[in-house]
Amino acid sequence: MTAQAQAHPLPEFPVERYRQDFPILQRSVRDRPLVYLDNAATTQKPRAVIDCLNEYYCGYNSNVHRGVHTLSELATSAYEDARVKLRSFINASSDKELIFVRGATEAINLVAQSYGRSKLTAGDEIIVSEMEHHSNIVPWQLLCEQTGAILRVIPINDAGELELDAYKELLCERTRIVSVVHISNALGTVNPVAGIIAQAHDAGAVVLLDGAQAVAHAPVDVAALDCDFYVFSGHKLFGPTGVGVLYGKQALLEAMPPYHGGGDMIKKVSFAETLYNDLPYKFEAGTPYVAGVIGLGAAVDYLNAVGLEQIRDYEHELLEYATAAVATVSGLRQVGVARDKAAILSFVMDDIHPHDLGTILDHDGIAIRSGHHCAMPVMERYRVPATARASFAFYNTCQEVDALVAGLDSAKKVFSA
Amino acid sequence: MSLLDLKELYREVIVDHNRNPRNFGSIEHPHKCLEGNNPLCGDQLTLYLNADDECITDIRFDGVGCAISVASASLMTEEVKGKSLQEAEEIFARFHCLLTGAGAPEDLERFGKLAVLAGVRDYPSRIKCATLCWHTLRAMLAGADKPVSTE
Repeated sequence: MTAQAQAHPLPEFPVERYRQDFPILQRSVRDRPLVYLDNAATTQKPRAVIDCLNEYYCGYNSNVHRGVHTLSELATSAYEDARVKLRSFINASSDKELIFVRGATEAINLVAQSYGRSKLTAGDEIIVSEMEHHSNIVPWQLLCEQTGAILRVIPINDAGELELDAYKELLCERTRIVSVVHISNALGTVNPVAGIIAQAHDAGAVVLLDGAQAVAHAPVDVAALDCDFYVFSGHKLFGPTGVGVLYGKQALLEAMPPYHGGGDMIKKVSFAETLYNDLPYKFEAGTPYVAGVIGLGAAVDYLNAVGLEQIRDYEHELLEYATAAVATVSGLRQVGVARDKAAILSFVMDDIHPHDLGTILDHDGIAIRSGHHCAMPVMERYRVPATARASFAFYNTCQEVDALVAGLDSAKKVFSA
Repeated sequence: MSLLDLKELYREVIVDHNRNPRNFGSIEHPHKCLEGNNPLCGDQLTLYLNADDECITDIRFDGVGCAISVASASLMTEEVKGKSLQEAEEIFARFHCLLTGAGAPEDLERFGKLAVLAGVRDYPSRIKCATLCWHTLRAMLAGADKPVSTE
């Protein structure tokens, strides 16, 4: 432990008690206790979520919305209850603004194809940033190919922060959509989204925020942010994989054409004319992932009980501790040192490729990510083929940070043999 | 595989071949030349080869990559130099079985120096690192002219 880390005692946060809520954290990997530091890829699930899925499949598995039998009514009610929980979780003003999708990726594709394709024409401009995940780049490239719109990119500085002056210059009367990440998965940067949104609105553009890395780590209030769209995945929020949320302002969603056609998204179908359903169902064609949605609702209940503000504060202390701890490892260089950061450490080490590091750490039971983190432009920006990334959640501890540092030291010994 | 084995694997690989790769560099005006990529690690190598009617007379590689990919390429060039194309193919087929677990582990001795890479099979996501150079060689011998990718 470093002197600097000792100077920052952690606030009262019963992390050991919370760890008991996650069955997987009790297991070992390669005969060592699991140290799970790949939370930016996916988070682990509390027993409450796992039990909830089990209860659904054992107790009231049924299709939603049209059945008149007891099971269908139970399933429909649990499904719609989850919508209310998620609405309240991000402080949306209406249940109609909460669309269940497969994940953040599908949500962005939905906005690009439905909003974008109906609104944009050749020469219109879309702004993303250099730190985006591929899921917030490629859907817009597809839209550009289809409409002749032009993709503009906000550059980032050496610390991993957006160049806001460049952003101001990119905004113009042709800007229609600004789509940026709330918290970067590859760098940990927390972007100053309030200002970005206000400036985009002044230019007449709508704003989509990719909140995949944000929702599990700090309170998110879409009303206060005044963003037009907000997207996230359930599995990075301690919920099941395969479910996610698109939030959109009601007026925008009302005006958008459906994305997928099928059952549930219609009021009436005939060969002469089909009448689409109201929000939010207009965008939920086909049988949804009922269990996933209900499980995501249970994850939100669990998180509310822990407290997002407490999580934010605890993870901030954890980040400070980890940042100080890895600073003691010689030959380690952090990639992404923004002033405002979430608990994600991306780094490279002299003479050790990130994948070799990942394999050696795995041998100590430590799970980190190595690779381009689906953000190849970020790797290109910092001229590295890949980085190693340790990403934290509220169930991680300072002892686990110490285990990581010991693992890094051990890897260095192997490579200096 | 024990911790010792893993560290042994890396030690041999790192000390002997990653830091001082054999046959590293290019051949001027090679008979054949092909690039191989492993998007997972960002490994990138280019193989250069000269061969006469009988055998591979010279083989070299350059590029950047993780320790396993660089060491594997280094070991491969040592292994196939002087061998016939047919023999190189056979070595690859056996080596591939070794890494994917299809081969009998007791055969390790037959592999000579290549056996050091057998430990990779405990790490399935890293097998592509070890086989990138071999896939590139095989594609090159088959006459491919577009870069090879492991994905």
